Amino acid sequence: MAGSHEKHLHEIDHDHHDNRYSDMQARVRALETILTSKGLVDPEAIAEIIDTYEKRIGPRNGAAVVARAWMDPNYAAWLQEDATAAIASLGFGELHGSRMRAVFNTPDLHNIVVCTLCSCYPWSVLGLPPVWYKSPAYRSRAVIDPRGVLEDFGLVLPAVTAIRVWDSTAELRYLVIPRRPSGSDGFSERELANLVSRDSMIGTGIVSIDRSDQ
Amino acid sequence: MNGPHDVGGMMGFGPVRPEKQEPVFHHEWEKRALGISLCAAWLGKWNIDESRHAYERIHPAEYLKASYYEIWIRGLDILLLQNGVLSEDDLFGEQTMSPPSSSAIVEDVLRRDDVYMMLASGPSEVPAVMPPIFAVGDTVITKNMNPTGHTRLPRYARDKIGTIEKVQGSYIFADDRASGRGLTPQWVYTVVFTAQEVWGGDADPSVTLSIDAFESYLLFASVSRPICGRSYQ
Repeated sequence: MAGSHEKHLHEIDHDHHDNRYSDMQARVRALETILTSKGLVDPEAIAEIIDTYEKRIGPRNGAAVVARAWMDPNYAAWLQEDATAAIASLGFGELHGSRMRAVFNTPDLHNIVVCTLCSCYPWSVLGLPPVWYKSPAYRSRAVIDPRGVLEDFGLVLPAVTAIRVWDSTAELRYLVIPRRPSGSDGFSERELANLVSRDSMIGTGIVSIDRSDQ
Repeated sequence: MNGPHDVGGMMGFGPVRPEKQEPVFHHEWEKRALGISLCAAWLGKWNIDESRHAYERIHPAEYLKASYYEIWIRGLDILLLQNGVLSEDDLFGEQTMSPPSSSAIVEDVLRRDDVYMMLASGPSEVPAVMPPIFAVGDTVITKNMNPTGHTRLPRYARDKIGTIEKVQGSYIFADDRASGRGLTPQWVYTVVFTAQEVWGGDADPSVTLSIDAFESYLLFASVSRPICGRSYQ
């Protein structure tokens, strides 16, 4: 890194080999150190944020929403009408300035969600997005070749199944409600929730009894 | 801007590679990057649209090979510098444990007890002054535009004919907020296109796609153009 700090930030834009970011661990540690030493960032708040997304907010929240929708047609109708309120009723707040919308798979229609411009994702119900969701490979191809993307996930849909791609370009965040798998009659709400994979709620998977999709 | 972030329809990145049993974080620094990014945003020096625009201005060759947390950190460096929170020397000089900078007036430092409130802060949905121009079922055409600033209209969805599927409420116009032009609300619509309208006649006829479009991105289209045709108007 010696000497690199003499370069001005705007010049970085023209340098394809900016070595300030070659060691991200060192870069982030340096940034955190300076922010903390100036009193701009509180390490305890950082710890709380990390703990929240490692332990408390994740795809199990979304799975609870899906299971409730499968069990209770009135809840499913509410979810369709006002997903933000229906989800909040289960204790999962609306986060990061977003409005939630639930989109339902049917025998004839499969929904898949992407954010081509950045990494918009329903954090309150799915937690932090997986690496692939933020990757150029997914963001570029989900809109132009959704069937090919689904095949990357091992999911081959019948050619007659319509596919709807939702590009979350504004403040709405989408949760896919997958179809309830056959053979799950008599399952409790908790057992149903355990079947629901994260990918099925993004639309890159479906739900099956053996959970082989994830 | 037509930046490296606007990747919809680009080719050549290879297959999507989902990871089995993916951990929430892959490296310790990713946890710290998330934490300092959210804490720094709480200082109130910039908004989320300015953050996105900072990421978009990373050089394309760097952006496309960076992990997303690296993009956040590169963007954070830009935001801290441009908003006068930290100096170039603070950011990239030798660490000297300098005292708190008097030039940076700190509005809010995020504390542990505020984290839940920060994460649950509400939507940027604000009442619009005027009623929505478009209604469900209207045929619209997205503008052909190439602004140098931030926009939420992807390149692939410009100059395309679609249908208003839902009026989604009114929200602060991201393009304005990203460049300090104020907190003007606009109606947002889900606009649906056929894949053939967007990608041409060879596209899969069973695929439709939608964007959420701010009202000023849209115009009335009097007639649908034929698929693949350029004969509208």
